[in-house]
Amino acid sequence: MSAPAAAHYTSTGLDSRKIAIWAFIGSECMLFVSLISTYLIYKGRSIVGPFPHEAWTSPSGQHFKPILNIPVTSASTFVLLMSSLAMVLALSAVQNKELPKRTTGDRILGSSKLWLWMTALLGTTFLGFQAFEFTSFVHEGLTIRTNLFGSSFFTLTGFHGAHVTAGVIWLLTLLAIDYRRGLGPKDALNVDIAALYWHFVDVVWIAIFTLVYLIK
Amino acid sequence: MATTALPTTGTLTAAPAYEGQSGIWSWLTTVDHKRIGVLYLFTALTFFLIGGLEAEIIRLQLQGPNGHVVSAELYNQLFTMHGTTMIFLAIMPLSAAFFNFLIPLQIGARDVAFPRLNAFSYWVYLFGGIFITLPILFNVAPNGGWFGYAPLSTRPFAPGLNIDFWVIGLQILGVSSLAAAFNFITTIINLRAPGMTLMRMPMFTWMSFVVQFLLVLAFPVITVALVFLLFDRFFGTQFYEIAAGADPLLWQHLFWIFGHPEVYILVLPAFGLVSEVLPTFSSKPLFGYPVMVYSGMLIGVLGFGVWAHHMFAVGMGPIGDSVFSLVTMLIAIPTGVKIFNWIATMAQGQLRFTTSMMFGIGLIALFTIGGISGVMHSSPPADLQQTDTYFIVAHFHYVLFGGSIMGIFAGIYLYFPKITGRMLDEGLGKIHFWVNFVGMNLTFFPMHFSGMLGMPRRIYTYDSGQGWDTFNMMSSIGAYILAVATMIFVYNFLKSRKHGAIAGANPWGAGTLEWTIPSPPPEYNFAVLPTVTSRYPLWEGDERDAESARINSQEGKTADELHIVLPYNTIKPMIVAGSMVIMFCGLIFAKPLIFIGAASMVVSLYSWLLSPLEPEHH
Amino acid sequence: MEHDSTHSDPVAVADHHAHGDDDAYHPGWSTYWKVALILLVITVVEVWIYYIPSFSASRAFVPSLLAMSAIKFGIVVAFYMHLKYDHKLFRALFTGPLFIAATTLIALLFLFGQLVARFGPGK
Repeated sequence: MSAPAAAHYTSTGLDSRKIAIWAFIGSECMLFVSLISTYLIYKGRSIVGPFPHEAWTSPSGQHFKPILNIPVTSASTFVLLMSSLAMVLALSAVQNKELPKRTTGDRILGSSKLWLWMTALLGTTFLGFQAFEFTSFVHEGLTIRTNLFGSSFFTLTGFHGAHVTAGVIWLLTLLAIDYRRGLGPKDALNVDIAALYWHFVDVVWIAIFTLVYLIK
Repeated sequence: MATTALPTTGTLTAAPAYEGQSGIWSWLTTVDHKRIGVLYLFTALTFFLIGGLEAEIIRLQLQGPNGHVVSAELYNQLFTMHGTTMIFLAIMPLSAAFFNFLIPLQIGARDVAFPRLNAFSYWVYLFGGIFITLPILFNVAPNGGWFGYAPLSTRPFAPGLNIDFWVIGLQILGVSSLAAAFNFITTIINLRAPGMTLMRMPMFTWMSFVVQFLLVLAFPVITVALVFLLFDRFFGTQFYEIAAGADPLLWQHLFWIFGHPEVYILVLPAFGLVSEVLPTFSSKPLFGYPVMVYSGMLIGVLGFGVWAHHMFAVGMGPIGDSVFSLVTMLIAIPTGVKIFNWIATMAQGQLRFTTSMMFGIGLIALFTIGGISGVMHSSPPADLQQTDTYFIVAHFHYVLFGGSIMGIFAGIYLYFPKITGRMLDEGLGKIHFWVNFVGMNLTFFPMHFSGMLGMPRRIYTYDSGQGWDTFNMMSSIGAYILAVATMIFVYNFLKSRKHGAIAGANPWGAGTLEWTIPSPPPEYNFAVLPTVTSRYPLWEGDERDAESARINSQEGKTADELHIVLPYNTIKPMIVAGSMVIMFCGLIFAKPLIFIGAASMVVSLYSWLLSPLEPEHH
Repeated sequence: MEHDSTHSDPVAVADHHAHGDDDAYHPGWSTYWKVALILLVITVVEVWIYYIPSFSASRAFVPSLLAMSAIKFGIVVAFYMHLKYDHKLFRALFTGPLFIAATTLIALLFLFGQLVARFGPGK
């Protein structure tokens, strides 16, 4: 990708793209806060089930368990957290591409392809968990149209999932560049801004996991 | 005030600054912030005329009791589109025209941080503006007010296409504003010339800086509120479905969390422009510069804590009412500080009453009236009397016309010479000012009275005998006078662009960096990056400022001769913008368009990102 | 903001960027795995207390969950997003909006009565 400001004068010595991505992340805070607020405001206001934390029997006598699946979501949370670890290792591998690698450990830690693949794979696994969660909810009678919980839950987690998807595509793009010409220290900033985005999506999930899944 | 003598330029011409850069293709592919600024200016002025025309029809309808120029249905579309057009398609983009044209010049940069993203913002704005404006020709324009209150704007209450156009149109325009805001934040932080510290930045750039943060924080909230509405309308979600237990206040809260900062988004750039106008024509620096900066920042922060004063009538309870009332009153303090600082700037100055200065002083007077009526309805009991009456209409037109529009006109008269190289006609300008001033007050001042007498907003006609007739007649006559004023301006603008007097680099004897370079500026702006040692380099700078100014005021050198690398022109941002709008159109017209648009957007976006911005450096 | 002092020479800027560190010290593997471990442990504790009926019904449940997720949030931002080591400008760009976002969230929950319900008596 192009490096617009790199060879031009800058007043801070910082790369413009990194300033822009932080401003973007600040903006995303407001986006997710609006979504999370709505979810929390509508918590407990749905008139019909299924509900997140309570069992429910419909007028027609159908029984619903509390719908949120904590074990599965804990696993997907773990996966996303580990993807953040893989991401920092990918960045550090790109930054240190030119350092000598003496041990097997050095070589493993120094492989940007390995860690980019790992991050993308863990991200995809998270999306797989989400797809599983969504389909099982639909089987249990909860869709985006069922009640306020369904509308706000699917929209919030769907927005997050869309961000993860965009992140995976971004990572695959970086991988394509890595295979074509190799990512080196001069690309570190491109990987860095992708990583900042990726970690931000991760911290949003940290908030969602607690506020949506764990707090009853 | 010692004015550093400006070196006289060799030849005074308003020659095209762009060798080999003419014709429509050069405008479609431009990534030059100045040309994009000009595109914004012309487009936004066009939308300003459209929004004005809508207002004229409204006033024609309300001129006397029981008016039936248009149907109730069309009337709803007219007031909705008048508000939407003026806010999103006229005032914001007019401010954006100045952001684009001025910010890089004021901070001593060769362009914005992301020139192609800048072009993208403009094209999204243009396409989004057309998307939301055209439906009125087919009687399907948005008709739910500029605030589109849900649940009234949900499918059961608004089954037609009208609100679909509104929801999707605003979503598109939001993309434009957000992209531009990230760009300008980065530009102001990172592209300031050597010595241009934050506390030396011109006040317009400062106020713009605050506005970019407001945009970045306010627009995601309306985006989410609109996404909910979009999902409700298209996919059957229940966010605003009262029968399902939804809260009718959700939309109002989300909307006004965006909507109130939006007010500052509309008015702070005008404040910035006036803060350039007043020092220039008082021949002395802005009074209390640091306080102006801090009060601007304070307005920005407090602006996020006052939204519910738009909703006192819904009954939030004593704590909510008190807090929002208090913060609303507090925000009057930094605003008042600005007013006093402007007046102090003029005090004991050598005043020159140019058209620009008159509009600037007009802003101080008229915005103060709007500000004071604003403080009046910061008190919930008073607000309950005033809310949804013409008193509110009077208030916000004093803020947005008396504030934003007056400031923007002050800015246009000040910067037209820099943009075009030619002067606007001062004689016509003064006629424009006075006709505008009289028309504006005759239109909006009587609305205070019709509002106090109980005339509700948004009614399409009214019976006589309620004491409103005279005031409405006055307002309508005022509106026709405003139309005349606008015609005078348009004539002056078009005439002076071709035949105005040649301006030269610094026709007003102003002090800031943008006046050190030729008018119109060469495409690279500054032949050498200036070294800045003071807030007004042309007034108080030392020999380094003077040396930069001397070099930069010289005309005729091309970028190649100076070895300045400029970005390539490219059509790709426009294609990405167009694809995005096609994608959104698909929701309304034909589902396959969604996928065609999305695919085209992804392909053109990758093509954009993988192509170099500019030639390799040597 | 650390203005204006650095890199008037474009070559120096380019050279500086060639090393890719963009002013920031980045911690290495030895820090990263510890951070991951802490994240993991906190997550385990969070899920664990969710399954202790007496604790999850107590008043301490919600505040302790919020505190734990705040710690997770904080260390990812500080270490993985290396905000702890980076230019303070980035810190301002993130914490400013985060502050406004958090305040807005709390204000909204208060206005819709969700906070009263949570901390008040009876629930």
